[in-house]
Amino acid sequence: MAEKVLMKGNEAIAEAAIQAGCRHYFGYPITPQTELAAYMAKRMPKIGGVFLQAESEIAAINMVYGVAGTGKRVMTSSSSPGISLKQEGISYIAGADLPALIINVQRGGPGLGGIQPSQSDYFQATKGGGHGDYHLIVLAPASVQEMADLTVKGFDLSEKYRVPAMLLADGTMGQMMEPVELSEVTPEPHDKSWAVTGTMGKRKHNIINSLYLNPEKLEQKNYERYERYAQIEKNECMWEEFLMEDAQFCVVAFGIAARVSKNAVIAARKEGIKVGMIRPITLWPFPEKVLAKAAETCKAFLSVELSMGQMIEDVKLSIDCKRPVRLCNRTGGMIPSPDQVLDSIRQMAKEVE
Amino acid sequence: MAVVFEKPKSLTDAPLHYCPGCTHGIVHRLVAEAIDDLGIEGKTIGVAPVGCAVMAYDYFACDMVEAAHGRAPAVATGLKRSLPENIIFTYQGDGDLASIGMAETVHAATRNENITIIFINNAIYGMTGGQMAPTSLPGQVTQTSPYGRDVATAGFPIKVCELLSALDGPAYIERVAVNNVKHVNQARKAIKKAFQNQIDGKGFSLIEVVSSCPTNWGMTPAKALQWVEEKMIPYYPLGVYRDKSTQKKED
Repeated sequence: MAEKVLMKGNEAIAEAAIQAGCRHYFGYPITPQTELAAYMAKRMPKIGGVFLQAESEIAAINMVYGVAGTGKRVMTSSSSPGISLKQEGISYIAGADLPALIINVQRGGPGLGGIQPSQSDYFQATKGGGHGDYHLIVLAPASVQEMADLTVKGFDLSEKYRVPAMLLADGTMGQMMEPVELSEVTPEPHDKSWAVTGTMGKRKHNIINSLYLNPEKLEQKNYERYERYAQIEKNECMWEEFLMEDAQFCVVAFGIAARVSKNAVIAARKEGIKVGMIRPITLWPFPEKVLAKAAETCKAFLSVELSMGQMIEDVKLSIDCKRPVRLCNRTGGMIPSPDQVLDSIRQMAKEVE
Repeated sequence: MAVVFEKPKSLTDAPLHYCPGCTHGIVHRLVAEAIDDLGIEGKTIGVAPVGCAVMAYDYFACDMVEAAHGRAPAVATGLKRSLPENIIFTYQGDGDLASIGMAETVHAATRNENITIIFINNAIYGMTGGQMAPTSLPGQVTQTSPYGRDVATAGFPIKVCELLSALDGPAYIERVAVNNVKHVNQARKAIKKAFQNQIDGKGFSLIEVVSSCPTNWGMTPAKALQWVEEKMIPYYPLGVYRDKSTQKKED
């Protein structure tokens, strides 16, 4: 067992990526993820890796595209406005079926927004983000340990399915310090025969590409990709259930919102309200089946979010709107307090009973 | 029977889609000849642009990557940083390199990224049907400058070689043309040198090829080549703008 060390979330992602064999990082400065790039700038040259501060987020994601084409583990990180700039490149990476890991340490928006934590890039992350028919695998950590673990998981899933993965964190997760255990991981071997590494005169040329002028071919490529998405939905959904065995009410929250909500759920239980919580760990694929099952016994749902209410749509879809779904939220960089969530739970219980 | 002329090995058998009289075919051949001559086909990876040469990935026999519009130098940077022993080149047009991709071009140059860029300047956007390019000449009539490029509102053409030579970074910058045999021979030499520089670890080499676009210029191929000589070359003088290739590596 490796030793526990105290680390910031942003640094834990960086070190976990290195432990997972990532030797290529491209970034561009933006708050609140700067520690991640700084960590990479310090570490990569010492271990024969590449750290490059690109001229823009657009360039950084295209450098990622280049390395991803060679079949090596590669990562970039940014925060909301920077992630918007990367969307073009992310769409190309998805279209060319390349693995890569993109970190979004979210801040409040829209526009330049603010620099405080937010979850308002949920739509962008889980519905595609850029142009075209595609999804990212979206992972939502709720602790510094998960920042590290899901980074490793993100690389692996991304390579397994040849789908880019996004770690959707927020400013709190990036900035807070917690004990974390890190150990070197041996990457699972995945087929890389598609990579561009030079033909060496031994094979026909490989082409990394997302252009198909023949619409039937493009349709076929999209169908094929969605078959892989169906496999991901079937096999890779992750979530945590908290006090759900006898729950009559269900809180749904991810990341920092789930940590706040956990306290509120415990407090509500003390008041005799039978409430539990489902915390999606993968936001895409969304744990639809677990929520649908919860709808059989729960009378109402409460989506707790650091946005104007984005995940709430997936909660409603998952349960086919069979039960009332309420929203408890703050936005613009504000975080709901446990008391605010508790009040919302009380109100839901009172109105629906 | 003695073979006197054959297709370079670094070109595939795919028929080129370029218009009659377009000079892309010549430049593709020059690039493939350079790769053949240097014996680097097996370790070369090319990056295709968005524009007329978007399907270059079907024409070059080496491994290929298709980049987003203007992003080829960033993609090439990723490829080269991942595979420093391989030979990486981009093939880009004027809209791709000098308009939407200017930041990527300038920064790859200033980093002296050890890559080779083949830059086709034909003063127009070809693939989309003839719009004004950053290199369209003053007064040039295009679909989006129907009364001629007015420098008062559309600004002046960008001289890429002159601009990049203002940087300390790049190793080799030369402007050539392919409108006559003499120029084609010069272009051949320059392109080969741009690849040789990369093999030698000299750094960023960019060859601007002044080219023609008879279709979108609305000229016969012969008239278009004449226009290159009479209008393009006076505005875009041929020659070597930067050559650090003979210098020893600085410490």
